[in-house]
Amino acid sequence: MSIDISQIRSDFPILSQQAGDYPLSYLDSTNTSLTPTQVTTAMDEYYNEYNANVHRAVYHLSEKATAKMDEARGKIQHFINAELPEEVIFTRNGTEAINLVAQTWGRENLSKGDVVLLSMMEHHSNIVPWQLLQKDKEFEIVFLDLTDEGRIDLEHYQSVLQKKNVKIVSLVHQSNVLGTVNPIKEMAGIAHQNGSLFMADACQSVPHMKVDVQDLDADFLVITGHKMLGPTGIGVLYGKKNLLENMPPFMGGGDMIRSVTCKESTWNILPYKFEAGTPNIAGAIGLGAAVEYLEKIEMETIHNYEKKLGEYALSKLKSVKGLKLFGPQEMNERGATYSFSLQGIHPHDLASILSERGVCIRAGHHCAQPLMDRLKVPATARVSLYIYNTQEEIDRMIKSIEEAKKIFKLDEE
Amino acid sequence: MSIYMENIIDLYKNPLNHGKLKDATITHRAYNPLCGDDITVDLIVEDDKIKDVRHRGVGCAISQAAVSMLTENIKGEGLAGVMGMKKEEVIDMLGIELGPVRLKCALLGLESIHEAIISYRK
Repeated sequence: MSIDISQIRSDFPILSQQAGDYPLSYLDSTNTSLTPTQVTTAMDEYYNEYNANVHRAVYHLSEKATAKMDEARGKIQHFINAELPEEVIFTRNGTEAINLVAQTWGRENLSKGDVVLLSMMEHHSNIVPWQLLQKDKEFEIVFLDLTDEGRIDLEHYQSVLQKKNVKIVSLVHQSNVLGTVNPIKEMAGIAHQNGSLFMADACQSVPHMKVDVQDLDADFLVITGHKMLGPTGIGVLYGKKNLLENMPPFMGGGDMIRSVTCKESTWNILPYKFEAGTPNIAGAIGLGAAVEYLEKIEMETIHNYEKKLGEYALSKLKSVKGLKLFGPQEMNERGATYSFSLQGIHPHDLASILSERGVCIRAGHHCAQPLMDRLKVPATARVSLYIYNTQEEIDRMIKSIEEAKKIFKLDEE
Repeated sequence: MSIYMENIIDLYKNPLNHGKLKDATITHRAYNPLCGDDITVDLIVEDDKIKDVRHRGVGCAISQAAVSMLTENIKGEGLAGVMGMKKEEVIDMLGIELGPVRLKCALLGLESIHEAIISYRK
């Protein structure tokens, strides 16, 4: 399918604004993506036309809100090809989804001698929840090391699985720092042969490629709304039904119960067992609209466009003198997220100078401090692309990087 | 106006009072987890005055320029006066306008010096 980027850009009003004398170049979608009017309109409609709580009232507004939220769940179910709608649990974000698994499945199933296998490229959200649980349970956390190109060595992975009593492998699908796309279908298969469960943090992959939970055979998969054109404050935990059914609730409160007496309570069916309290109704509806928007363009089209634009960005970045790119140096098995350092300029200064020219990039540790330690840098600069980005924006970024080098008198040395 | 004035770039490249003091009365390290700026200060305190000061670590141009200017400023000053220094004085020294995120970079040196004096007084 062909793609009309100017048409797409017109769906994002924020892109028409100027940043001082410069047009806005938003190159930080790995941090959070922009939001099309289709999504904000869907959320406005909820507040303006059928604002009511869900599952609680019989009047028509509540019926409509409940139906719309169910519809959103169904859209997400089909988007990731989950077998059943109740396998789609709404959470606040990806972080909450991982905490949910750690505090319910982990608390029930991990004990002394067990291993949770992570990698050196995990986001803090897939490290800290396990460390929190470790304060109560004496299991071990093992981090898979990376190759110099920022990939996981599958032989090493296999040998760790054979040597250690790994109960669950919890791994990022696409690294938010390196851009590396891990072969999680193969890795899930290897985990299962070993009798281990497999959880994928797909927050950075689902926005950019077709992700099919049944094809991957993931036991759990985590998504956040705000990186896939949806609103903040909404995420999804996908889990296989038999696993979710055997897990205790995460949080207690309204909606998640079947019955409550002064003595004890019983739990609601899936997915409500894991959705205590009034949910983010507008957020869920907004995420449903985002999924619809992505599906209309088609994930394959999005993926191909980003791959082409990513090739362009990669070759331009690699041609900057003094720039060191971390992670895979070619576009195969990687997304359009590029972390780098520039000899002689701190990443924060670089990001500030780019910001003065309307170019938004991220600088910092990207919530991946163990990876920063592994790369032996305090921080990196990071550029990331999405469906609304253009070659002109990449050109503006490269021009601004060259100007930053002049300000820092780098070429004079 | 750019915050990257010529004097700030110069101080980043050639920071003042950079290094270590062998006979430091007190050493303190301050860290900004947001950007990884990391400043350690050594102070020699005599008669409630800062006789000498050095700083080292890694950081962006703003943090490095600010700590250079600050250390120049506090040499020979009394502890009470240095403790009374406000963030506005650091901003004035730098002579640039900073948003809330970059302000943290500018103030890391002052924070480190203040914390060093507090632990000295304990």
